[in-house]
Amino acid sequence: MIGKICWTMIKRLKRNRFLILRRIFQAGLLLLFAGANWWGWTLLLGNYSSAYVLQLFYLTDPHAVLQVFATGFIMSADALIGAAIVLLFYALIAGRSFCSWVCPVNMITDLATCLRKRLKITKKENYLNFSRKTRYWVLGLGIILSAVLGVAAFEVINPITMLHRGIIFGFGAGWTIIVALFLFDLLVTEYGWCGHLCPLGAFYSAAGRFSLIKIKHSAENCTLCMKCFSVCHEKQVLQIVGKESGFIKRECSNCGRCIEVCDDNALKYSIYNYKN
Amino acid sequence: MKTMFRGAGFLGLGGAIWGNAAYKLKASELTLRPPGAVAEKDFVKACVRCGTCVEACPYNTLMLATIDDHTAIGTPYFKPRNIPCYMCTDVPCVPVCPSGALDLKTIAREVGGKKTDEPDINKAKMGVAVIDKDACLAFWGIQCDACYRACPLMGTAITIEFRRNERTGKHAFLEPVVQRDVCTGCGLCEHACITEKAAIFVLPRNIATGKVGEHYIKGWEREDEQRLHNLKEKKEKETSPEDVLNDWEDLLDDD
Repeated sequence: MIGKICWTMIKRLKRNRFLILRRIFQAGLLLLFAGANWWGWTLLLGNYSSAYVLQLFYLTDPHAVLQVFATGFIMSADALIGAAIVLLFYALIAGRSFCSWVCPVNMITDLATCLRKRLKITKKENYLNFSRKTRYWVLGLGIILSAVLGVAAFEVINPITMLHRGIIFGFGAGWTIIVALFLFDLLVTEYGWCGHLCPLGAFYSAAGRFSLIKIKHSAENCTLCMKCFSVCHEKQVLQIVGKESGFIKRECSNCGRCIEVCDDNALKYSIYNYKN
Repeated sequence: MKTMFRGAGFLGLGGAIWGNAAYKLKASELTLRPPGAVAEKDFVKACVRCGTCVEACPYNTLMLATIDDHTAIGTPYFKPRNIPCYMCTDVPCVPVCPSGALDLKTIAREVGGKKTDEPDINKAKMGVAVIDKDACLAFWGIQCDACYRACPLMGTAITIEFRRNERTGKHAFLEPVVQRDVCTGCGLCEHACITEKAAIFVLPRNIATGKVGEHYIKGWEREDEQRLHNLKEKKEKETSPEDVLNDWEDLLDDD
C-alpha cells in the first residue's frame, strides 16, 4: 500500500521533473536577489536588468542595453561586457531559456494559464485574438520609442523588473500592473503576455534561433496523442510534431513540458545539429 | 491590405499610449539622486534600474521609485526629511553602479589638481539646501542652529551670519546661510530641522539655482577679470549696416 503511494508520488515527480526544476531555479534566483537586500548576501546583487555576480562581474540584460543605446547613452564597459556574456550564452547555448527558467513573471502567467484551464476558460472564448508576431512589433516599437523619448521605453513599464523590485523594495502601486497582467492572461487572451506581447521573449527568440540546446522530435515514436500540444505555451513551434523528425525551433523556450508529458519518448532535450 | 492597415492602426495606438506613459514616467525634475549621479537627462537614459546602489546604501537612504513616485520608475532617489545621505567617506553606492549613471569621476578626489580614483563625498552635488526664512526660527530671533550643527561641512556649507535684533534692541539674529557652491545636498540639515515642516530643504541643483550668464564679469575679482582679457576679439563684419540699407536691388521687380 505504502509502496504504491510512494510509486505514484515518484511517478508524479518524474512527470513534473523539469517543471519542479524550473520553479526551483526561478524561485532560487529571486531568493538570492532578495537575500542580497535583506540579509546582505553577496552572491547575486541587483536584478534581472543588471546583476553583480559574486562581486566579480556583471550580467546585464542585452535588451535593456539595446534600449539605452537607442537613447544615445553609451553605458560603462562593465555593463556592455555583462550584456555580451548574457547574449552569447542565450544565442549560442540556451536559446530562449530565460523565459521559462529565469523570468519570475513566468510563474505568474503559468498560474493564470493553470487557473484558466481549471476554470475551463478555454481558448475558444478568447476575448481578444491577435497574432503571436505582435511581440516583434512591440520589440521594434520599444527601440524606436527609446530613441524618440530619450528613455529606455520598455524598462519604464517592464513587469519583470517591476515584480522583482516589488517583492524586494516594495511595490507601491506597481502591483496593479502585475495583477493586470495576471487577469489579462486569465480572462482575455491565453498566453497573452508571454506568448504574444513580451518584447524580451521576442528578443531572446530572435537571438536564440541557432542555439545549441534544442528539443528534438522523432516522428517514428510519435503516436499523435496531442498531449504536447495541450501543454505547450507556443503551439506554433510544434508544427513538425508527428510529421517529420527534427528540432523544435523559433519561439520554443526549452521549458520541457512537452518532454514530461510525452509517453512515447518522441521528444527530448538535444544538441542542435547545424548540418541539417 | 486590410489587416495591414489595422495592424498599423494598432501599432500607432499602442505606440501613442506607451510613449505617453513612458514620457510621463520619466519626468523627474524634482527628484534627488544619489551622489555621483550624472546630469538628470543622462541619468534617466543610463540607469538600468537594477537597485544595486540601493542595496549598497548602509543607511537605507536610497529608495527605488515605484509607479506612484512621479519619477522614472525603478530609478534610485532619496527623501532627506525621512533619511538623509550620511555621506559615507567610501561612497559605497557609486562604484557598484554597472551602467555609468552613477559616475565616480564626478566626485573624484583631487590631489594637486589631478583627479584620483578615490571618491571624495564632499564633492557630491546631489542638490542644494534652500531656506524658507519665514518658517525658520533663527530668522524670528529664536536661537536655533540645528541645521548648522547637523551640516557635515559645518561652517563652510552653512554659515551663520549675525545681525542685530532691532526689535528687542539687545539680542542678535543668528541666521543660517547656505553656500550653494559648497553644499552637497545631503539633506542632514533638512532632517535635523526642528520646525513642523522643514524650513530648510534640499532641491535639485537645476531647480534651486540661477545662472548669471557668461557676459557678466566681476571686474573686482582678478580671476574673473582675466576672462575679459582672454576673450578673443570677434571679427568685425565686413558689411556695415549702411550696406544692408542700400542693398535694395532685390526689392525691385525686373519688369
